[in-house]
Amino acid sequence: MSTVATNPEPSRFERIWNSNMAYSFRRNPVAVVSLAIFLAIAIMSLLAPVIAPFDPYDPAQIDIMNSEYPPVWVDGSEPEFILGTDDQGRDLWSTILYGTRLSLLIGLCAVGLQAFLGISIGLIAGYIGGRLDSLLMRLADIQLSFSTLMVAIIFLAVTQAMFGSETFNQYAVFFLIAVIGVAEWPQYARTVRATVLAEKKKEYVDSARVLGFGPLRIMVRHILPNSLSPIFVISTVQVANAIISEASLSFLGLGMPPSQPSLGSLISSGFDYIFSGSWWITAIPGVVLVVLVLVINLLGDWMRDVLNPKLYKG
Amino acid sequence: MKDIVNETAQDTILELKNLEKRFELDKGFLEKLRFKNGKFTTEERAVHAVNNVSLEVKRGEALCVVGESGCGKSTVARLVAGLLDPSGGEIHYDGTRIDNKSRRELMSMRKKMQMIFQNPYASLNPRMTIQQALEEPVRYHNPGMSRSDVRAKVAEVMQSVGVDPTWASRYPHEFSGGQRQRIAIARALTVDPEFIIADEPISALDVSIQAQVLNLMLEAKDERGLTYLFITHDLSVVQHFGTRVVVLYLGSVCELSDTATLFNNPKHPYTKALLSAVPQLKDDKPNHIRLKGEIPTPINLPTGCPFASRCASADNRCLSEKPRPLAQPDGAMVACHAVEEGRQTG
Amino acid sequence: MSLLSVRDLTVKFAMRDQTVTALDQISFDLGKGERLGIVGESGAGKSITGFALMNLLSRPGFIDSGSINFEGREIAGLSDKEMRPIRGNRMAMIFQDPMVTLNPVLTIGQQMVETLQAHRKLSKADAEQISIMKLREVYIPSPEDRLGQYPHELSGGMRQRIVIAMALLLEPELIIADEPTTALDVTIQADIMELLLELCTSNMVGLILITHDLGVVSQMTERTLVMYAGRIIEAGKTREIINDPQHPYTQGLINALPQQTLPGQRLKQIPGNMPGLTAIPDGCPFAPRCQYAIDNCRRTRPETVSYANVEVACHEVNRLHNTVLEDQSA
Repeated sequence: MSTVATNPEPSRFERIWNSNMAYSFRRNPVAVVSLAIFLAIAIMSLLAPVIAPFDPYDPAQIDIMNSEYPPVWVDGSEPEFILGTDDQGRDLWSTILYGTRLSLLIGLCAVGLQAFLGISIGLIAGYIGGRLDSLLMRLADIQLSFSTLMVAIIFLAVTQAMFGSETFNQYAVFFLIAVIGVAEWPQYARTVRATVLAEKKKEYVDSARVLGFGPLRIMVRHILPNSLSPIFVISTVQVANAIISEASLSFLGLGMPPSQPSLGSLISSGFDYIFSGSWWITAIPGVVLVVLVLVINLLGDWMRDVLNPKLYKG
Repeated sequence: MKDIVNETAQDTILELKNLEKRFELDKGFLEKLRFKNGKFTTEERAVHAVNNVSLEVKRGEALCVVGESGCGKSTVARLVAGLLDPSGGEIHYDGTRIDNKSRRELMSMRKKMQMIFQNPYASLNPRMTIQQALEEPVRYHNPGMSRSDVRAKVAEVMQSVGVDPTWASRYPHEFSGGQRQRIAIARALTVDPEFIIADEPISALDVSIQAQVLNLMLEAKDERGLTYLFITHDLSVVQHFGTRVVVLYLGSVCELSDTATLFNNPKHPYTKALLSAVPQLKDDKPNHIRLKGEIPTPINLPTGCPFASRCASADNRCLSEKPRPLAQPDGAMVACHAVEEGRQTG
Repeated sequence: MSLLSVRDLTVKFAMRDQTVTALDQISFDLGKGERLGIVGESGAGKSITGFALMNLLSRPGFIDSGSINFEGREIAGLSDKEMRPIRGNRMAMIFQDPMVTLNPVLTIGQQMVETLQAHRKLSKADAEQISIMKLREVYIPSPEDRLGQYPHELSGGMRQRIVIAMALLLEPELIIADEPTTALDVTIQADIMELLLELCTSNMVGLILITHDLGVVSQMTERTLVMYAGRIIEAGKTREIINDPQHPYTQGLINALPQQTLPGQRLKQIPGNMPGLTAIPDGCPFAPRCQYAIDNCRRTRPETVSYANVEVACHEVNRLHNTVLEDQSA
């Protein structure tokens, strides 16, 4: 009942602009700044092939003689490399752009996979209920009792051993997406199940059942659209988590190979040189990672406050 | 009891035979386990929501089910609508048993039987525009229908229930309770039903809006030849709307008769108390029959008459033997030993 | 001297980008021991009136102007602390849901004793004695045992009786009852209403009964206010208003009841909906739904005038009175 219908039919844009969510967004400087930073990082990394001065994947452009140049504001730098170079002589600025792109890609795809698995399982468990519900939720409990990193480390170590590191490196992106996606589905399943249980009791679901609609239609067309708010909220947190998981795995050497560095593998490769004075190889990608995860989490916090008015900031 | 059933079979649109519904309170084995007198026993507690209810609805009538909260009236509605599965007994629609059929087998019946809910704030999907909400059932039940035919059908229904066509692109939260209930009725009518279950359709609405919705339902009844199963706790609405009335108490039928007969000559002690409790507009002396105590919980039902604990005319027979509905000279069915024996006081 | 005197009370709500008027210059008086009904539909402002009188309005609502004089003292704008000796003690409130008043984790006895001791210097034993006496007054069987029970162990009707007993604990001068029986069944409702009526008359307690049910108002009260869109549109003796309503809205409300029409006939409905607080029209708020409205009704706001024993805010009450009320069909 919050919006009052205005007389001339408002356009779609006006509706969105005047909605509660847009209003609270405009009033919240943290959310505005976070979104701006996130969009800047996302757009720059997407446009990496266009804006990056070098292609870090192209061995022809890499010269080992250029290794470990510091960033331009430090003595002994080479103006060609704005943020300096890493241990292999790659331009750090270009590598970070490509790495961020990879990290975001893995994060988003893994969350997409999590969401698909979790939402389907949560919807089915919540809507059908009974034994199936108990079974699926016990599975979720079991899955949750293993930490994501532990599952991922075992899985990736085994696959690496099975396929050999050559093949593994080639398909590392897919393995990472799969393992991070599968390991975290219970988060979604539990949240979705809880909202489905609440929504299922509402009369519009009964009304759809009386109209003879099948369970699939009721779940997808009626219950799911009304369960989206908590899904959005956990999605933001999960994207941040997935990016961190990927970085951690890469840091441990189980993720992206050094030839296709993500933020995590960049930090990892720089770690060996941190005491020899080349702090920037680790520090700069680290700052990018922290900022990226922080703004996503801040956006998630804001969204949780808006979509769940009962839960005030404590 | 059987004499009404045998009148003309095709006249009866809906028939409930010994309908029962229990809700189990203790589901798992561990919950059933009790420790009593030094040993473990298993014990199942259940809410007896509907007990042995038999009634028929005739084509073209408006059968009202009245009673207080917890009397099982909404459960009856939900059983008939197929939202709940009965624990016992049978439901027949148009001569076909429907309570044991699967969803697919009931598809054709779905178009004939629709339901209107109590809370118009919850019965419309908040994420669907009015147009989407109204088109969905038409498309679903007529897969071959062309887009323009669907639109025409929806426009026709919107027109007939007074839903303004300019509402179509808006969402339910933009409307008041009365407008939403109008939309909900329109949605039920899009599949051209012949039988409507209305579960307290006006009790969440304001007085001036109640009249609008009741009028709408009466109009729909006349224009479309609808039959209603109307669930309510409001006796003044029953008197106005119903052709026949069933009074439920703790899931059992107390009295079933024509509306006029019930209001002029209530027989069951509970019906009398219920009628006397309605606040009247004109006389300012409340003169209602005070009942002892309050409605017992439907978990452990008394063996005898469910009303015996509050009834002024209850005797030993009432406490031990459950009365069956018996026909009275004026056609009413009354389940009361005191009425049967003619020993009712006051 | 009247017990309560409300003059031009205006309550507003600060919304996102505008301030809406929820109560618009409400004035009424209540004598000692008098029973007043406030009727209206949801959103008419009747509950807000109750909250404003108890000084219980919370943000974004606030009293914009006007005065509330209770027992010769101005209470509009008193702070929470200044209000404490009055609230609960001199005036008490009964809500629709008894669980608003009752604390689920305390026993009935603890709550009653606590209430008493907060306002009076009493020993625990004395406070318990008074509590038992009050529970007996509201016909609660074996009141001694109830003191040790928790609210969830009691039925809805029993809880509402206990709330009434608690409201009466400190022998207030005024009880404000906001839809006290809406959540209860008809038979229980009748019992509670009878009880409330009996207690108010025997103790000379003033009662403001807020309800949507004209039948309840008719049986319980001496005077009635009819509210619409935050304004009082008709006020007078309950009997006069029920038997000979003057405002078209009151007429419509009474005529819309199913009892007023023969079974199976079309009910006399009022078209349209009550305007939302953000969209109250200029002039008479009822004009868009009123079949007698003329241009003047849509332009200027009607003053309250005395007519046929009631106070009514309607421009056309003279003309209306001569219209035969029977043949109004919407």
